[in-house]
Amino acid sequence: MAAAAVASRGLLSRLKAGLARTSDRLSGGITRIFRGRRVDPATIAELEELLIGADLGVATAARLAASLAREKIDRDVTVDDVRAALARDIAAILAPLARPLPIDPARKPTVILVVGVNGTGKTTTIGKLAKRLKDDGLVVHLAAGDTFRAAAIDQLKIWGERAGCPVLAREQGSDPAGLAYDALVQAKAAGADVLLIDTAGRLHNRTELMAELQKVLRVLRKLDPEAPHVRLLVLDATTGQNAHQQVETFRGMTEINGLVVTKLDGTAKGGVLVALAERFGLPVHFIGVGEAIEDLRPFEAQAFADALVGLDRSEAGGNP
Amino acid sequence: MFESLTARLGDIFDRLKRRGALSEADVETALREVRVALLEADVALPVVKDFIERVKGDAIGAEVVRSVTPGHMVVKIVHDRLVETLGAASIGLDLAAAAPVVVLIVGLQGSGKTTSAAKIGRMLQERDRKRVLMASLDVYRPAAQTQLAVLGETAGVPTLPVVAGQEPVAIARRAHDAARREGFDVLLLDTAGRLHVDADLMDEAAAIAAATDPTEILLVADSLTGQDAVNVARAFQDRLKLTGIVLTRMDGDGRGGAALSMRAVTGCPIKLIGVGEKIDAIEPFHPERVASRILGMGDVVSLVEKAAATIEEADAARLQAKLESGGFDLDDMAAQLRQLRKMGGVEGVLGFLPGAAKIKKQVADANIDFKILARQEAIIGSMTKRERKNAKLLNARRKQRIAVGSGTSVPEINRLLKQYMEMESMMRKMRKLGKRGFLRNLPFGGPQFPR
Repeated sequence: MAAAAVASRGLLSRLKAGLARTSDRLSGGITRIFRGRRVDPATIAELEELLIGADLGVATAARLAASLAREKIDRDVTVDDVRAALARDIAAILAPLARPLPIDPARKPTVILVVGVNGTGKTTTIGKLAKRLKDDGLVVHLAAGDTFRAAAIDQLKIWGERAGCPVLAREQGSDPAGLAYDALVQAKAAGADVLLIDTAGRLHNRTELMAELQKVLRVLRKLDPEAPHVRLLVLDATTGQNAHQQVETFRGMTEINGLVVTKLDGTAKGGVLVALAERFGLPVHFIGVGEAIEDLRPFEAQAFADALVGLDRSEAGGNP
Repeated sequence: MFESLTARLGDIFDRLKRRGALSEADVETALREVRVALLEADVALPVVKDFIERVKGDAIGAEVVRSVTPGHMVVKIVHDRLVETLGAASIGLDLAAAAPVVVLIVGLQGSGKTTSAAKIGRMLQERDRKRVLMASLDVYRPAAQTQLAVLGETAGVPTLPVVAGQEPVAIARRAHDAARREGFDVLLLDTAGRLHVDADLMDEAAAIAAATDPTEILLVADSLTGQDAVNVARAFQDRLKLTGIVLTRMDGDGRGGAALSMRAVTGCPIKLIGVGEKIDAIEPFHPERVASRILGMGDVVSLVEKAAATIEEADAARLQAKLESGGFDLDDMAAQLRQLRKMGGVEGVLGFLPGAAKIKKQVADANIDFKILARQEAIIGSMTKRERKNAKLLNARRKQRIAVGSGTSVPEINRLLKQYMEMESMMRKMRKLGKRGFLRNLPFGGPQFPR
């Protein structure tokens, strides 16, 4: 598809594009279950399964299904009624999470440390985020702290060039904590607004690698006791229930205080986020919906919930 | 890797085992919980439904109801079905074709294709003595081609020189020509990460396959994938005629339901699993072991293999000699600590053992410091050679010096010495018993080897 066409499509349609392609997704499933049927124990059980199939997890799926049952049991409903009720409940859970990135212009710089499991899209997210912040008129510095993966440094340098931001990099295998420290010294001296620090992907159950991240935190705090102000965990939307362990461990060991959810342009709709919201309540600053630099979007609870259940407000507008 | 599910099913079957007879209702209850456990383990819903139906058909029957130990019967049925769903045997890569044999590697972004390619390249070269050429067809992600080149250098596997601006299909053709001309046995083609719903990129992958006629088309997938695993696997299978699956990040604590889902949907065998960041961290997939671990029966075979590979022959022989002569000093204890650490420490070993998921949880709840192995090594490392040969030398002043040197405390040193004394006396007893049982009784309070 042409790049222009991709860029021009709205967020909702981007998110929904995946749904349209696969008939047995949540959206199609809701239609299948409730078309011409009542809300009764049988349809509620089917709905619960459907929600589990969208990675919401057993407990959250049960609660959402029960909520719908309480409200609509033994009543004739349209498919859109069900969608709207679900979207409302999910949006209510997600709404407190939609918060912008806390960048304080007085800080010079606000330090953002980006962490996560391998392959979730940390470096790409930093590249896109740098561009976005730069476009907002901020002075952004980057630190190529993934000194482990082959060519991760080159990858970030290329993003730095695209976004027009200086990148501090060392050779592969050097100490990420030392690099982070020097990057903060430089960013302070240059009066930068934001310093984005990349890190190597690591499985959260690798204690020694988590200790390496803790060292990065300790070292940064020698220069600024508040730094890094934002500890961002990048989550892959295709991840299943293991996301719980990821958030729990990264929060425990590196004090993450914000999430970015990537790869929402596939068929996975990041349903696990609903369960994560109930359990951890961490703000979600951005979602990734594509490969282009502008495909990193602010998280909007209602739009996300609508996309998850396949609710199109422009079509459903006429229905109560 | 499957600990969480193991714990869950362990609970369920504990309950069943305590009952004398098993009614149909019991089977239903057990399977309802198996179902929830599988779903929470990220096994995809359609796969779970199918699985439960088949198990139910087997389980509700006179044979089970009259069985003396109905719990065990259900465990066996569930286990057999799991193995069957995962695939009956571990199957290697198919290299039986005219050289160069083309292996095409595809998958979503971030699933671990490039790392897996390098691991496979190295494995074929080292283990199978094949001449391997690798080429990256990823022209989209910045520095992707460099990544494979760097990894190839580390692994000692040649890569196709990068020509800027060339299209993926053209690179594939050039790689194929080069492999043929230069007499390579295997050509590994690493492709760009692509979404299974991206029609253009799926077309491209199909075009690459058409141009190079691969013997193996491997889907690299993240073992942490959720319910979407079925959609991804199905979409790639529809378009590319996959021949196998490589599951990455099996060293994570994911419950690994994706393994079941992908296998069930594609019918393709899971050929290899990635188990770490190092270039040699790739292993064959053993459905029996995985199914056993799911059911809390422990992956005993893996443990023994790991132990055999880790405990170096020379070290073992030296310890054996020590045993026979009766002298077990602190150097020997340090050697044992090192071996235990290499095996992944106490936690790593526990994960392999039968019913260990529960113990592991208890250990975690008790908040035991697993760094203790490293600290104990440090303590011994801070002793002089003479002290290590003769622990009796260690008076209060020496202990204080060692505490400072190792960053520990005198009580910690005393605890270590007490443990050493226990080990030493045990060694003496074992000497009397003869050589037998050396491996089975690694004298630590912790893991005992399976009999």
